[in-house]
Amino acid sequence: MTQVWDTLPQVLIDGLTLGAIYAIIALGYTMVYGILELINFAHGEIFMAGAFIGTAVLIGLTGLGWVAVMPAIFILLLVLVITGGLTGMLGMGIERLAYRPLRKASKLITLITAIGVSFLLQDIVRFITETQQNNYIVNTPSLFPGSLSISGLNIRYSFLVVIIVAILMMIALEFFVNRTKWGLAMRAVAQDQDTASLMSVNVNKVISVTFFVGSALGGATGVLFAIHYGTIDPYIGFILGLKAFTAAVLGGIGNIRGAMAGGMLLGLLEMFAAANLSAITAGLLSSEYKDVFAFAILILVLIFRPEGLFGRAAIEKV
Amino acid sequence: MALAMTSTLALGFLAACGNTDSASGGGSSSETVKIALQAPMSGGSATLGEAIKNGAAMAVEEEKADFEEAGFSLELVEYDDQGDPQKGVSNAQIIGSDQDVYGVVAHLNSGVFIPSSEVYERYNIPSVSPASTATDVTDRNLKSVNRIVARDDFQGPAGAEYAVQEIGAKKIFVINDKTAYGQGLATAFAEAAAEEGAEIVGEAGITVGEKDFNGVLNQVSSADPDLVYFGGLYSEGGLLIKQARDNGIDAAFMGGDGMDSSTLVEIAGDTVNNVYLTSVAGDSSATEFAKNYEEEYGAKPESFSIYGYDSAKVLMEGILDAAKENGGKLPAKDKVATAVRAIDDYEGEMTQVSFDDKGDNEFAKIFIYKFDEASYPAKIQGEISQ
Repeated sequence: MTQVWDTLPQVLIDGLTLGAIYAIIALGYTMVYGILELINFAHGEIFMAGAFIGTAVLIGLTGLGWVAVMPAIFILLLVLVITGGLTGMLGMGIERLAYRPLRKASKLITLITAIGVSFLLQDIVRFITETQQNNYIVNTPSLFPGSLSISGLNIRYSFLVVIIVAILMMIALEFFVNRTKWGLAMRAVAQDQDTASLMSVNVNKVISVTFFVGSALGGATGVLFAIHYGTIDPYIGFILGLKAFTAAVLGGIGNIRGAMAGGMLLGLLEMFAAANLSAITAGLLSSEYKDVFAFAILILVLIFRPEGLFGRAAIEKV
Repeated sequence: MALAMTSTLALGFLAACGNTDSASGGGSSSETVKIALQAPMSGGSATLGEAIKNGAAMAVEEEKADFEEAGFSLELVEYDDQGDPQKGVSNAQIIGSDQDVYGVVAHLNSGVFIPSSEVYERYNIPSVSPASTATDVTDRNLKSVNRIVARDDFQGPAGAEYAVQEIGAKKIFVINDKTAYGQGLATAFAEAAAEEGAEIVGEAGITVGEKDFNGVLNQVSSADPDLVYFGGLYSEGGLLIKQARDNGIDAAFMGGDGMDSSTLVEIAGDTVNNVYLTSVAGDSSATEFAKNYEEEYGAKPESFSIYGYDSAKVLMEGILDAAKENGGKLPAKDKVATAVRAIDDYEGEMTQVSFDDKGDNEFAKIFIYKFDEASYPAKIQGEISQ
C-alpha cells in the first residue's frame, strides 16, 4: 500500500495529461452526437491528422529557422491555429461529402460510413508519410524539452503546456456554446432540428460549424499529443479515439461538461491501474489489465446511471 | 592468400579443360546442379533479401570449380518470395518441379519458410535457412529442413545469462507487449534470469499502439531495478526507453532482435544509451568474406549476407558428400537431404555448423549488442553459445 501512496502524485500528473487529451477528443464525439445523434468514428483520425499536420508545420518552421529565434509559446500558438484551422476544414469537408448525403438514411449506414472514412484517413496519412521517409513513424521535434523535479516528482514542461492549453480550450468551448449566437443555434438544432429551422436557423450551416469546432479542437489536441509524447504514427487515432468515445459515454454522451469530466476520470483511472494494479491485487493482476479495470468501472457507472455521469435521461419524443 | 592463389589457378585450369571438352564434341559428362535461392528481393525487407542473395551468389561462384571437377556444372537460380507466404509456396512448387535443383537457400522470414518447406519436403530437396528463427521451423521434425542461425527461444535465456553474469544485474523488471513474440521472449528471459540468481522485481504488460507508458514506468521507478527487459518491437521499445529516461530511470535496458532497428534510435534519440540487444546475427565486418563482398558489390555486407554465404556452402558440401557416396554420380535428392543433415563440424566463415536431428545448428550463437550513442547499428559486446 505504501507504494500506492508514494507513486500517487506522479500517477496524478501522468493521469491528468492523458485525461486532458481524452477529454478534448471526447468533446468532438459528444458535440457531433448531441447535434446529429451520429457517432463520428472518424474523429480519432482527425486527431491523428492534427498530430501529423502539426508536426509537419513544426518541422517546416524549424527549417525556416523560426523555432530557434521565436519564443516556444508563440510557435506553439501558431502551430495550434494553423493545425486547428486545417483539421476544422477537414472535418467540415468530411461532413459535407460523407455524412450530409446520408442524413436521411438510417443511423447504422452513417456509422459504417464513419468507420470507412477513418480507414481512408489512416491510409492517406500513411501514404503521404511514406513518400517523405521510408517508414510511417514520425518523431516530433520537442518544443518544450526538460522537466522540473520537485521532491522526487517529475513534472515535464510539456505537461504544463498540455494541461494549460487543454483547460483554455475547454473554457473557450464553454463560452462559445453558452454565450454566443452560434452556440445558441447549436443548442437549438441539438434540441429539435425541424423547429430550429422554422425559427430561421440555418441547420446545415450550424452542423458545419459544429464539425469545424469539434475537428479543430481534435486537431489541436493532436498537436499537444505529438509535442508531449514525441512519436506519432497513423494508427494512434484508433485506440485513443475508442477511449475518448468511452469517456464521452461515461460523462453522458451529448453533454459537453460530461465529456470533460469523463475524459479526466478515464485518464486517471487508467494511469492508476497501470501503476498500481499489481500492488493492489498482490501480483495477481498486472498492469496489462489496466483497460479491464477502467472499463469495469465504466460498466459499473452505466449500470447505476445509464445516462452517464452528467447526462439527463432522454424523454422519448412522441 | 596462398589459398586464393591456388583456387584461381585451379579455376583457370578447369576452364581450359571445359573448353577442350566441348571442342571434342562428346561432353555429356557435366550434369547441371542448381542451387535455388528464395528471399524477399522486393518490398520492405528487400535490403536483407538482396544481401542474402549476394552472399549465396559469392559462395556458388567460389564452389563452381570444385563442382566442375566432380563433373557437375553449378548454377544459382534466384526467386523473389516478396516476404509473402503465398508467393514463397508458389515459387517452391516451381523449384520442386525443377529436376536439377538439389538444394535451397531458404528464406529470410520464418512465416514464409514454414509453409514453403512443406513443399521442399515433398520433393526431398534439402533447405538451409540463413535467417529463419521461429521455433516451428525445425520443431516439425522435417528431414530436409535445416537452419544455421539460433532459435527464437534461445534469445531470452542467452540475454538473461549476459544480463546477470556480464552486466551484473541483480534486480530485473520485465515488460512485454502482450504479443506472442514479446510475451514468449519476456517469459523465457524471466525464467532464465531467476535461475541465474537475479531477482525479478516486477512484471508488466503494455498495449501495442499506445504511446503513454508512464503508468508502467511508475511501477518501474518504485521497484528501482538495475535492468529493465522489454519483450517487444522497436516502436514501443523506443518510447519506453525515452519515457523511462524522462522519468529519471537510468537502469540498463535489454531487448530482443525485435528492437534491432534504426527507428529505435530515431524514436529514443540520445536516451538510447545503455541499451542492450540480443540478435541471432553476428558481426561479420572483420571477416575475409566482408572484404571480398565489398570488392564484389561495392557495399558493406548486411548482417545476414554471411549467413546466406554459409548456408549455400553447407548445402554444396552436402551435395558433394552425397555424390562421393554415390560413386561420383549425381545422387538422389533424399540422399542429398540426408547428407546435408549429417554435416558435422563444418567450418563456415561466420559459424561452425553441425545439425542436430531436428536441423538446428548446434553451434548457433546469440550475439549481444549495445547502444552507447544515438547511432545505428549498435556495437557488438559479446556472444553466448547454446
